[in-house]
Amino acid sequence: MGEKLSIIQIQRKANALREDIINMLEAAGSGHCAGSLDLADIMATLYFNLMNIDPTNPDWADRDVFFLSNGHTVPVQYAAMAEAGYFDKAELLTLRKLGSRLQGHPERSRLPGLENTSGPLGSGLSQAAGYAYSLQYLDDSKHRFVYCVMGDGELDEGNNWEAAMFAGKYKLSQLVAFIDRNNIQIDGNTEDVMPLGDLVGKWESFGWHVLEIDGHNIQSIIDAVNTAKAITNRPTVIIAHTIPGKGVDFMEYDYRWHGVAPNSEQAKNAMQKLRSLDGKISSGNYNE
Amino acid sequence: MNNYLLNPDIFNDDVKQEPIRAGFGRGLRAAGESNDKIVALCADLTESTQVHLFRDAFPDRFIQIGIAEQNLAAVASGLARAGKIPFAVGYAAFHPGRNWEQIKTTIALNDQPVKIVGSHAGVTVGPDGATHQMLEDIALMRVLPNMIVVVPGDSLEAEKATRAIAENGKPSYLRLSREKSPIMSTDNSPFEIGKAYILREGSDVSLMGTGIMTYQLLVAAKILAEQGINAEVVHVPTIKPLDNQTILESVRRTGRVVTAEEAQVAGGFGGAVAELLSTDLPTPLLRIGMLDRYGESGTPHELLEYFGLTGQKMAEKIIEFVHTKSQYHREY
Repeated sequence: MGEKLSIIQIQRKANALREDIINMLEAAGSGHCAGSLDLADIMATLYFNLMNIDPTNPDWADRDVFFLSNGHTVPVQYAAMAEAGYFDKAELLTLRKLGSRLQGHPERSRLPGLENTSGPLGSGLSQAAGYAYSLQYLDDSKHRFVYCVMGDGELDEGNNWEAAMFAGKYKLSQLVAFIDRNNIQIDGNTEDVMPLGDLVGKWESFGWHVLEIDGHNIQSIIDAVNTAKAITNRPTVIIAHTIPGKGVDFMEYDYRWHGVAPNSEQAKNAMQKLRSLDGKISSGNYNE
Repeated sequence: MNNYLLNPDIFNDDVKQEPIRAGFGRGLRAAGESNDKIVALCADLTESTQVHLFRDAFPDRFIQIGIAEQNLAAVASGLARAGKIPFAVGYAAFHPGRNWEQIKTTIALNDQPVKIVGSHAGVTVGPDGATHQMLEDIALMRVLPNMIVVVPGDSLEAEKATRAIAENGKPSYLRLSREKSPIMSTDNSPFEIGKAYILREGSDVSLMGTGIMTYQLLVAAKILAEQGINAEVVHVPTIKPLDNQTILESVRRTGRVVTAEEAQVAGGFGGAVAELLSTDLPTPLLRIGMLDRYGESGTPHELLEYFGLTGQKMAEKIIEFVHTKSQYHREY
């Protein structure tokens, strides 16, 4: 079982993940900034508080499992895994490089601790639901939970709604899904590209318990997951409202940062933001 | 070398016939009895795909997915990650026809031992027409790294093949047919993943078939014998991995090759054999199957006739092929 951090420690950890992400993406020269940054709080809370895991024994039979559906945000998962001790942090800088275990999109068979392969959008919830079905109906394993993080843009994919219907029908109560509601996708704002409309109503009508939270509030994330765990007759989806690019002011809210990496100047500026709490404190290291 | 036991009644008019999918249904139930990790998922086609045999025997291990093939594949992936051996079953036209990307990403690349069962493949699904006649599945599946591709020749072999893929630990595709077809093998005939079998020895031409077409090639070989052509018949139920050794040894003996399948030859079984021969043993090759066109409505037998896939029709083509002097033979 990994360490269970306090809220302030998780906040610091989330910030560390953001720094890792900037370093990784700058070194890689490509990748996806916005979603990776905005998921840092959720990922830190899962890996350092909520999930029952053992980084030294990734396939531990009693673990909770995590499925990333929007695989392009995997830098934040790699960062969380490295910070948690699944592998050495130095390996983070191999992201997207030839021979690396840290593929541009996650590949299960390359890196212990990953539960699935994803990237093509819309299938992670199905995979998570399959695992949750097994726990609930085939293994009589009621104490384990299955977490799935999805993007909001990927909800355009019909496969998600097949999975939503499936999980609703079978009342997969050990399944806890997050929607990263950052309102952006590659071509623009989600409501311009393809309106998602009433997400709460949609998921409720599929038989899910729906919670809406501030996806950067650690306490809210913990509370929502604890609520989800207490609901034993249906799956729960947590619609986490987030700010794309969270933590780096010139990336925030800008859909153009969905799929690009910072150059060295931008990375330096980003790091300054992250290390000065957005300019609120001085940071000697980054003031030239 | 040829120790394959053929059904002695194979050329009788009253040879026993049974749909290949029936053997799958029995095989899955038997596999389920010996391994409780096996689960079955189906996309609203439980009786026609014969999964009901498993469902009735093991209701707790059957999962109804509804008409949602993308979910069928990806849920199966998740079940495999949880330690199960999932048989994901549907019609080949939609599975893998519709969900190829989920099969690639969540099963093949993810290297999970999901068994993809595509029933009602080929033109012999009949009156439903081109939309439901899956002809491209062999090509779609054999191009995927990690994927095993098996096309049984009759219901008895389907039963053995189902039990074999249940235990092979690999992503696997099993192609099934809807229509009754003659039982050419026996309970004692061998089946091993990756093995081709010589059903009839000959010296003039190697006739290689997969699925129901092997039986039709046996009929063709009988007709050819009456014309003085001594054909070898090779049954190739595993298209990936291909039994290169058996195929090449046969080709070295005969110097001429015919492939037959109820699928697009481009990328299909004929494509696989053409790839092997072009690198290892360039040999005149006649590929019989669907030649860059879709099927259409008709009875199964009418369609086999129409597309030149019966033993009689193939024999006519093979006679022409054997007598041509050219090294090259191109059908389309």
